[in-house]
Amino acid sequence: MSAPARSPQVLDDKISGGIGASPQRPDGTLKVRGEFAYASDLWHENMVWGATLRSPHPHAGIRSIGIAKALAYPGVHAVLTHADVPGENAYGLKHQDTPVLAEDRVRYQGEPVALVAADHPEIARQALKLIEVDYEVWEPVTDMERAAHDETLPRLHENGNVVRHQRIVKGDPDARADVVVSGVYELGMQDQAFLGPEAGLAVPAEDGGVDLYLATQWLHVDQKQTAHALGLPVEKVRLTLSGVGGAFGGREDLSMQVHSCMLALHLGRPVKMSYNREESFFGHVHRHPARMYYEHGATKDGDLVYVKARMYFDGGAYASKTPVVVGNGTTLSVGPYNVPNAHIEGWGVYSNNPTCGAMRGLGAVQPTYAYESQMDKLATALGMDPAELRIRNAMSEGSTTVTGQVVDFPAPVAELVRRVRDMPLPPPNTDELGFPGGAANTTHGEGVVRGIGYGVTIKNIAYAEGLDDYSTARVRLQVIGGEPTALVHTAAAEVGQGLVTVQQQIARSELGVERITLHTSDTSVGDAGSSSASRQTYLTGGAVRNACLAVAERVYALAAERFGVEATNLSGGKVVAADGAVVADLAELLGEDVIEETREYHHRKTYPLDPETGQGNAHVQYGFSAHRAVVDVDTELGLVKVVQLDCAQDVGKAINPDAVLGQIHGGSAQGLGLAVMEEIQVTDGVVRNPSFTDYLIPTILDMPPMRVDILERPDPHAPYGVRGVGEPPTISATPAVANAIRAATGLELPRVPIKPEHLTGT
Amino acid sequence: MRVNVTVNGKQRTADDVWPGESLLYVLRERLGLAGSKNACEQGECGSCTVYLDGVPACSCLVAAGQAEGGDVRTVEGLADGDRLDSVQQSFLDTGAVQCGFCTPGLLVAAHDLIERNPAPSDPQIREALAGNLCRCTGYEKIMDAVRLAVERKQATT
Repeated sequence: MSAPARSPQVLDDKISGGIGASPQRPDGTLKVRGEFAYASDLWHENMVWGATLRSPHPHAGIRSIGIAKALAYPGVHAVLTHADVPGENAYGLKHQDTPVLAEDRVRYQGEPVALVAADHPEIARQALKLIEVDYEVWEPVTDMERAAHDETLPRLHENGNVVRHQRIVKGDPDARADVVVSGVYELGMQDQAFLGPEAGLAVPAEDGGVDLYLATQWLHVDQKQTAHALGLPVEKVRLTLSGVGGAFGGREDLSMQVHSCMLALHLGRPVKMSYNREESFFGHVHRHPARMYYEHGATKDGDLVYVKARMYFDGGAYASKTPVVVGNGTTLSVGPYNVPNAHIEGWGVYSNNPTCGAMRGLGAVQPTYAYESQMDKLATALGMDPAELRIRNAMSEGSTTVTGQVVDFPAPVAELVRRVRDMPLPPPNTDELGFPGGAANTTHGEGVVRGIGYGVTIKNIAYAEGLDDYSTARVRLQVIGGEPTALVHTAAAEVGQGLVTVQQQIARSELGVERITLHTSDTSVGDAGSSSASRQTYLTGGAVRNACLAVAERVYALAAERFGVEATNLSGGKVVAADGAVVADLAELLGEDVIEETREYHHRKTYPLDPETGQGNAHVQYGFSAHRAVVDVDTELGLVKVVQLDCAQDVGKAINPDAVLGQIHGGSAQGLGLAVMEEIQVTDGVVRNPSFTDYLIPTILDMPPMRVDILERPDPHAPYGVRGVGEPPTISATPAVANAIRAATGLELPRVPIKPEHLTGT
Repeated sequence: MRVNVTVNGKQRTADDVWPGESLLYVLRERLGLAGSKNACEQGECGSCTVYLDGVPACSCLVAAGQAEGGDVRTVEGLADGDRLDSVQQSFLDTGAVQCGFCTPGLLVAAHDLIERNPAPSDPQIREALAGNLCRCTGYEKIMDAVRLAVERKQATT
């Protein structure tokens, strides 16, 4: 069968601008015209609509599933259950513990139980109601700390309820300090809330395989898991990326991939699945809620002596990225500070709450909120300026982390704090719309207090703890219409961040060619890894560079063969020698030749943590950012207005400065959201607010103006010196806002999001 | 049922419309105009914003039957052939588009604002776009885009 309508999409290949410029996005024109095809826009002749029946209970046994009535409903073509899963009914990023469709039990509210394919989405929804599932409802496991320690609770998986426990011990854990502060901090469950819900279109193929067009973050890991569940060889499950409406980690686990392929293969016709917003809340993993016990000790002069922490991460029903959250959470637990002594323990657990996994700032958002709260508490106890305390303890190049790793690249933490501290402060508000409450006109300034707060973070970039992290790129150079043209092909997921732009920029700069065509991302080229962990410009950027360099080498060989001259550079469509002399016109030299090379980029090796002491060189690179927030708080109504949110971040090298700014702005907004509004509210395992009416994300009224200072201190170990950009600003924004609210109100506020009732005490 | 609407200046007819279908569904699934996006189905996110009889509306909240005989203008109807509307061009030029899922609705809302108010202040821009959620940009570059579109409009009138 053919590809769906508007697939592949042709992106603009006539934009100019190399590394360091900010050219327009090659998908921009399609997007502003409304012509860019997202996964939910896909259409195929003869397609039917798939839908998913989900468990209403967070924890229950399944006695039976009756599908006869649903199957008999007019317009319904198929109803499938676990019995129809062709391969192994289990998948998972780290542990294969997640059923494609539930068998004898469900472990969270929203767990997929059965599938329907029908002519119309509404018919499919009606048919779902006719499926008869006989549940035996069980008591859910809901408290993360009890799940870690209470052996009397039901074991949700074979190996018990602890997914990972990690201890880190550095120096003397019994070290004594002049000043000690402690606190217990909690974070609610945040949702990625990407705007384009999960969607895809599965098209059965003549070879017995299936072609899946979808929105995802990582084609190859989806391919592997989907093929395994379908019982097909990997090469018979081919994935093609369609338009992705944001991701932020929420598309790293499977959602509709296996389901749509099962229906398509069963029916022999294309099946489209497209979640609505409510289903999306149940259809992807969220950010781990956490409870963290922290104690900081310092000398009376303000030098950190030790940090002790116990942290609990609620992973919900299935493991997903919980092991990584524990790894990141513990290794980053003391922040970007020099801490000679530490005793850290982290637990990631199973529960019957919604499954939690990847979200921007993975495993660093939780501890950063806690240790930055502690830093303010410590500053108060010492009578020190909070920015000064951070600068005094800031790590730098050559520092040793809590796992004993020596930082062998720039780490300008103190400078980042100085830069945000020294930015001009906004004047007192005079605009009627500018007070907390805005157009609701709830105050004219009475009861309003202002506060300033800081947040600083360290985030590991790319994959860690010994994983071989790499990406692949294929570059083909040839003359098309008299013009040298490069085709760049990777499997990397453009999720909005601008990776398509960056790939074109790198190829333009390396090949000296203006016209760069992008092949649609798919699994016909090697793995690119995930668009997560702030890693794609680093890894896929590195792979595109390597492939371009390999192509260039062949061009030089061609020039040497023809002209006997050693060329070293491609620039402006010319082949150039080391002394700057033009050796040949590239188009003329190439003639009819097609030069194609495929290369990988692997980052430096990392190592697992010692299971007992947590020591080890676990990370390849860190990103750093600092925020300063200014807030006005209406203490009578508990309303917060963030007046200004400024950020300084080191990005190593800004390949595309405008896109870097966009990442910092957007990340900061998500961090602000976690500070004051965003939480999936879960009671006894049941989600109370699965909609944009009840799960609030920042609007344009909630976001203040931002000043952003971008530092470029190149990492000598990374391609072009780049440093991952996307995550850090999400992380440091949250404690900056929380600390500003504390500074304004004097309240302890140990939990985010901070809600009106926390401020009014009602 | 049958629904007749004028969409982007053309008379269109959709047959076999189920009475529960929204205008958004009819546009996307029956008339092949997938530019307007479905992100919440509750009128909270604004991604499905279209002009309905000259007024911006969340097309997910309009029953298809309510639009009978109506005049609809979607994101696909903003450009004049190959020539982008200045709001579209400004979104491109300022980098206000990332994933782009919110863009169609924001473009219609911003287009309407500038039609109604040729010189909006920053607070007025924020108020006008408060019904359109964006998860990628933090809205800074969307503010830049609208300011640029306003400047460009003022320069040409």
